[in-house]
Amino acid sequence: MFEIIPERNQSVIAKLTSSFSNSIEHHELMNDMLCITVKKESIAEILLFLRDDKELQYNFLTTLCGMHYPEKDQLGVVYHLHSFVNNHRIRLKTATLISDPTIPSATSVWPTTNWMEREAYDFFGIQFVGHPNLTRILNVDDMVDFPLRKEFPLEDQTRDDKDDSQFGR
Amino acid sequence: MAKEVTSDYWDKDRVATEEPKEYNTLNVGPTHPATHGVFQNIMLMDGEYIVSTEQTIGYIHRAFEKIAERRPFYQVTPLTDRLNYCSAPLNNMGWHMTVEKLLGIETPKRVDYLRIVVMELARIADHIICNSVIGVDSGALTGFTYMFQDREFIYEIYEEICGSRLTTNMGRIGGFERNFSPKAWEKIKHFLDYYPAKLKEFETLLTRNRIFMDRTINVGAFPLDRALAYGFTGPNLRACGLDYDVRVMNPYCSYEEFEFTVPIGQNGDTYDRFMVRQAEMKQSLSIIQQALDKLDALEDKETYYARDPRFVLPPKEKVYNNMEALIWHFKIVMGETDIPAGEVYHCIEGANGELGFYLVSDGGRTASRLHFRRPGFIYYQAYPEMVQGTMLSDAILTMSSMNVIAGELDA
Repeated sequence: MFEIIPERNQSVIAKLTSSFSNSIEHHELMNDMLCITVKKESIAEILLFLRDDKELQYNFLTTLCGMHYPEKDQLGVVYHLHSFVNNHRIRLKTATLISDPTIPSATSVWPTTNWMEREAYDFFGIQFVGHPNLTRILNVDDMVDFPLRKEFPLEDQTRDDKDDSQFGR
Repeated sequence: MAKEVTSDYWDKDRVATEEPKEYNTLNVGPTHPATHGVFQNIMLMDGEYIVSTEQTIGYIHRAFEKIAERRPFYQVTPLTDRLNYCSAPLNNMGWHMTVEKLLGIETPKRVDYLRIVVMELARIADHIICNSVIGVDSGALTGFTYMFQDREFIYEIYEEICGSRLTTNMGRIGGFERNFSPKAWEKIKHFLDYYPAKLKEFETLLTRNRIFMDRTINVGAFPLDRALAYGFTGPNLRACGLDYDVRVMNPYCSYEEFEFTVPIGQNGDTYDRFMVRQAEMKQSLSIIQQALDKLDALEDKETYYARDPRFVLPPKEKVYNNMEALIWHFKIVMGETDIPAGEVYHCIEGANGELGFYLVSDGGRTASRLHFRRPGFIYYQAYPEMVQGTMLSDAILTMSSMNVIAGELDA
């Protein structure tokens, strides 16, 4: 279980709001992790700021993954950051409209996001602007769909014995 | 592909002395015995030396994240088996703990200790494979044949606990499906007795072996700052000299009660990665012994699951004789358990790095999104940088020392 240190969370929020007051949309504590929603335009700068700030030192990007919010017509990206120095984790979220699926790439800040962004592109069709090689990674190159979007069918849709209501959806 | 040789513009009479180099393209994989998995490296070679590498992955992609969106939680466990299939119980336990964290299920101490026994056995099994395969790739098959007996023995312990060997599907959300049998305890104790000597025998074959040292020291070295930038975790990061271990940094499953050291290396080369795994096996043995002592000290010898009616099946004799228990059983098996909305990230120290589960629930009966942080997928992208300029035979050794598992890579 992660340790919850409220002061640490407060200082992250305070630092971010003082530097990026227009970009922070929302923040909340989810289960045990501080979760900050930011505007997509400044995500790369915020990641750089969190990495290089002398006090916060989020020196490790744990993971990055794509999201699909069909009810809002949005695609999102979730970043998990970890400060080894303070042993503190936060979650950053950003979203974009499906009609304009562009999000600045974080590869200049974190080389490790290279494949993770390719994966998010592969499965959700998120265009990472500034990515050196944004091609499909796990699926075949000539695939046209983005399979982790909610509208993409998982199983044979001609079967009627497996309708969504049986699965709570 | 010919390298361009431009003559000096100002000295028109000068003759270009350098012969244009000819590079060869070499396909290593998709199915190559030395890659130990299905992935391809297209290498541009200058003789024996690697100029650049292009990786292709995804040959065994099975869409686990998509499948998990339609499965009840307990049916996700077999999917996690197939991520890092060399240490499936670790993945199983990590997934169970993620769900327990989302639902707020408190597991009894005995369950935690039982899980630790299994998880550390799985870590040893994984390290056995990785380290003995490093030996094979450097030309020493003997250690491999010795150590696979012990891995087999660990698989027999799995068999006693859950009935299966490789893809274990072990445990349930909230604990285990049954108590450990006396035979299982006997085997675990026997393993603890004989294995240290066996490990020592394996070490005498390799650690101070001149050929092995020449093949591995300073091969595939990676500096710490690059390793952090590339998201290395587990033995690969610790070999670079940073003592990051999830078991210590964010203890789960009562790891905070255990005494163990986190071995680290210095140069981040193949030899260090090998030595870190060797040392970790010894630590794992000590952890298992401590867990056995703690289990002995517990008065309770029967509890093996948390009493949470949402996921733990009722006892069979009640199911056969009692209508309510039958309905309850049916609802669990059909996945008719409503999950509270929320999102959670839980990570465990997998055998090859931080194995994370990012679980988002919107209140249905299945996850609305499940993302696996697969350590192998993340650190394997540093491979071209690690092997650039080295010889092909060293690159093979570097790959096997990174412990890249195709199942985990491709999800």
